[in-house]
Amino acid sequence: MAPVDTALPSSLQAPFRALAITMVPDAATLDETAWRDVDASIARALAKRPAAVRRQLALFVRILDTLPLFRWGRRFHALGAARRARFLDAMQYSPIPLLRRGVWGLRTLVFLGYYARPDVQTALGYRATPRGWTVRR
Amino acid sequence: MISLDADIVIVGSGAGGGTVARALAPLARDGLRVLLFEQGPRLDDHEFTGREIEMADALYEDGGGFLTADGTMTLAFGRAYGGSTVVYTGTSLVAPERVIRAWDVPGLSHDDIARRAQIVMEENGVHLLEEADLNENNRLFVTGCARIGLHAEQFPLNLRGCVGSSLCNLGCPNLAKQGTHRVQLPAAEREGVEIVTRAEVLRVEERAVVVRVHEKRDGEKGRPSEWRPGEYRVGAATIVLCGGSIGSSALLLRSGFRDRLPALGQGFTCHPAHILVAEHDHQITNDVGHPKSYFLDRSAEEGYVLETCMYFPFVTAKNLTGLGESHARLMRAFPRLQMILVLAIDHASDGNRITVDRLGRPVVHYKLARGTIASLVRATRTSARIFFAAGAVRVHAPSARPPLIEREDASRIDQLVTERHFLPGTISVSAAHLMGGCAMGRDPQQSVTDAWGRVHGIPWLRVADSSLFPDALQINPYVTVMALADRVAEGVREEAGTLTAAARG
Repeated sequence: MAPVDTALPSSLQAPFRALAITMVPDAATLDETAWRDVDASIARALAKRPAAVRRQLALFVRILDTLPLFRWGRRFHALGAARRARFLDAMQYSPIPLLRRGVWGLRTLVFLGYYARPDVQTALGYRATPRGWTVRR
Repeated sequence: MISLDADIVIVGSGAGGGTVARALAPLARDGLRVLLFEQGPRLDDHEFTGREIEMADALYEDGGGFLTADGTMTLAFGRAYGGSTVVYTGTSLVAPERVIRAWDVPGLSHDDIARRAQIVMEENGVHLLEEADLNENNRLFVTGCARIGLHAEQFPLNLRGCVGSSLCNLGCPNLAKQGTHRVQLPAAEREGVEIVTRAEVLRVEERAVVVRVHEKRDGEKGRPSEWRPGEYRVGAATIVLCGGSIGSSALLLRSGFRDRLPALGQGFTCHPAHILVAEHDHQITNDVGHPKSYFLDRSAEEGYVLETCMYFPFVTAKNLTGLGESHARLMRAFPRLQMILVLAIDHASDGNRITVDRLGRPVVHYKLARGTIASLVRATRTSARIFFAAGAVRVHAPSARPPLIEREDASRIDQLVTERHFLPGTISVSAAHLMGGCAMGRDPQQSVTDAWGRVHGIPWLRVADSSLFPDALQINPYVTVMALADRVAEGVREEAGTLTAAARG
């Protein structure tokens, strides 16, 4: 079983972060500590799933990083922001269901790591509190 | 393995199990041993914090992200003392007469369901919220509907002391929602029903269940189990399964009942749903106040229901189609977002079913039928019209490409929102109304139980949950589950005379 603090091998850190920043541009402002939190959140979510899911995630990140080589001669993480966005947009609407589902799954994990962060939720203006109307009238 | 005996075993503590436990509590008071096993934990009141991931992990199976077999839909169902009643919004509706008639279950009448539903709703304190407690997210829905000639109806809700935290789906932090964890289960325990949490029922055997009681792990919410961790074989004269559509079906399947019950696991329906979002040019109250106060029922006419809703940032992000800057821009507009939940009315079909894998874990096979996709698209068009009529400047419609529709394009909604753009695997579809798998009916080849939840050919085994539904209910299901569970419990009570006499020696 993978350690709980990271979901992916370190060799995939750069491709994963490039994918995450393309999916959530605001994630570019995260510092190293925040990235470790993101990784840990995703790892915790995956720890409850079969080990095969973690292997599939690693494989899919590797595939997404490699595919742009055939079009632009560079891996995904070495592309500029515009090409990264264009590539992922094509993948999410791919005619191949497996690619679409893969992007959906990856983006779900990235959103979990980013949008579940209390500081991010506060920055978005999300203000729900157990006290409800008693503090909002 | 430890062996022991009970008179009645109930599996599951949600709307079905809670109702059965409450209804059979007098038998416990009279000396019968009534045991209820719940797979999830029992949380203390202070543990309901309203924090998104923390509560989702504690209260839902797979944190609310249980995936169908092909990975294109997520199913949300509770896993705690109180089951899914801990995480629903408390919307309390009586089953439509036309639906019960269409189910065509001999011995089941709408009058009986409606009568029992009224009793349940009184017990749960169901009422309409006061005008002053409605937030703008709900008011805008009413306004938008009215401006396009539709009539939004107010949801009766089972709340006592609600302060409008908006956190219903994460377990009410103010103990206001009257789920079985607040009403039926504590009442049953006071009369002597024994509830064992963290107790996973592995299989059903002849007049017995095999249960694994789990240890509380470090960092987990909830109390340790009432029983010592380990495996138990519990004999019982009567067993009532209330594990929900997926739980009860999977339990019977892994217990080897498929050969005797060919319809087991079949006919799964779930009201597949989208979350639709629209942006206003000013802040609205959306993350305070009860989130689901109104609905628009177009189930009979157009095959869908619209409900107001408000979700949390991660769930919202996940349910928006797309990624990158356009997605992020909408997320940054969170305080200006209005939301509608679109539910399609699906129907039982051959392919949509529950099975188990080689380890006995549930697998849900579900493909959206063309008619269901058409319903979702029609519902999305209507929602877009409601949003714009309410003043929204742009609408996020998953079945449009690109998904954002600006106000100046409002007249082209029918051209922009189409079935052609409905791309499974790209669009987030989720469901929380999980139904079928142990359908009621007369024919043992086509159904699993009779109209009183008694499993065909197995008189000691009953089912009392949403798995009994032969087809989609077309409204929020918990009240109907409780009404059916009350019928099932009545049947158990009628046959309990001999048990009671034996218990009294």
